[in-house]
Amino acid sequence: MKEYRDPQLAKKYLDEIKRTVTQDWTIMEVCGGQTHSLVKNGIIEMLPEQITMIHGPGCPVCVTPLNLIDKAIYLALVKNVILCSFGDMLRVPGSRMNLLEAKAKGADIRVLYSPLEAIKIAEENPEQDIVFFAVGFETTAPANALSVIHAHRKGLSNYSILASHVLVPPAMKAVINDEENQIDGFLAAGHVCTIMGNAEYYPLSEQHGVPIVVTGFEPLDVLQGILMVLRQLEADKTGVENQYSRIVKEEGNPEAQKMIFEVFEVKDQMWRGIGEIPDSGFALKDKYQAFDAAKKYNVEIEEAPEHPDCISGQIMKGIKKPYECSQFGKKCKPTNPLGAPMVSSEGACAAYYHFSGLAEK
Amino acid sequence: MKICRLDNIFIIRTLKIKVMCLAIPGKIESVNLQYDDTVRMAKVSFGGITKEASLEMLPDAHVGDYVLVHVGVAISKVNEQEANKTFDYLEEIGDLGELEDVDEYLPKKEGR
Repeated sequence: MKEYRDPQLAKKYLDEIKRTVTQDWTIMEVCGGQTHSLVKNGIIEMLPEQITMIHGPGCPVCVTPLNLIDKAIYLALVKNVILCSFGDMLRVPGSRMNLLEAKAKGADIRVLYSPLEAIKIAEENPEQDIVFFAVGFETTAPANALSVIHAHRKGLSNYSILASHVLVPPAMKAVINDEENQIDGFLAAGHVCTIMGNAEYYPLSEQHGVPIVVTGFEPLDVLQGILMVLRQLEADKTGVENQYSRIVKEEGNPEAQKMIFEVFEVKDQMWRGIGEIPDSGFALKDKYQAFDAAKKYNVEIEEAPEHPDCISGQIMKGIKKPYECSQFGKKCKPTNPLGAPMVSSEGACAAYYHFSGLAEK
Repeated sequence: MKICRLDNIFIIRTLKIKVMCLAIPGKIESVNLQYDDTVRMAKVSFGGITKEASLEMLPDAHVGDYVLVHVGVAISKVNEQEANKTFDYLEEIGDLGELEDVDEYLPKKEGR
């Protein structure tokens, strides 16, 4: 992995990018992992000024709707419930508190590395109800689906999931169709394609006339992805290419897709800061309704407004940069985030905060 | 193979804070059956740290393979032939010269 961070090869890529570029281009990296890599390694500053990178909505933590965070907090506080979650969800602000504060109030919240661990907890605690906060993109969907399949196979009636799954290609489409967008090309999220393959990007690229390059996360991956998009743009071409072929197969992972569509079906989905996007989420199929925590506990929570100072929606659509927010680094910090992009390490605001030197001040 | 030399500190840090977005490549050290012998589970080594991962999504993954693991599930086999492309790309485009032939790099659509 070290080699994918080789500074000398990175310089060669940067030189080639400088040689190739002749006019202004705006490229969106879709995935928060790529944003993190770009900002952390100072790639943004090293790119020629004709290239503007804008940071896409590719951080599941950031786009999980406020209402679902509130639901997770509600469930965590239900007596007898153990709420299991990925660690990065705990500090995401809900409308009244976050999960960490719910834990301080006595909620039994466990941070897990994998949804499969939640199944073990369910087996070991038959008297208690286990709810897994199943957040993620297509990359995480197979693991979350697998937990439901395991629970179903074992006949576990004390396991359910609060699902908040978001799908990337419909969101890219929504971003392109936004009037304020100026995107000329995309770096698509490599790990999402690991599961789903590249098929969905051909019509997207063709219809909207944008090059799309499936790209990895190491500095060299991102630089190569940028160069590949740039070469298409400069040659006035539009197509789909795969920079991340060591991991991503054209057809994705058929076994994983089978697992996903055994458990989930596509539905419209709310994205925090962006709004509802058609066909951009997963809901449990009828066969697995017994594992839907929101239905099991009949959780109805009123929609709450976002913090009035937070402009995360514009940031996730690439319209504004984190430092253009009046509260960036002031009221809003990773220790006291007003919005989700300041929480997750993949969030654009947190990436800018950590690597802009602000954190040390 | 270039991908296998992992940056230990990075991995330790990321595994500890349990971030969900991350998927990291590791080497399968052993495979066993769990869950009443229905599920293939692997011990995967990430630069010395070993974690369990389900192989249910990768029926053809075996001991010695490098796999990408995300939240406890192996989701992709690392393709060793493709792993060098990022290092060779610049030389390749250097050989091909100017920009007019970008089409050659674009995957053929009928193959998708």
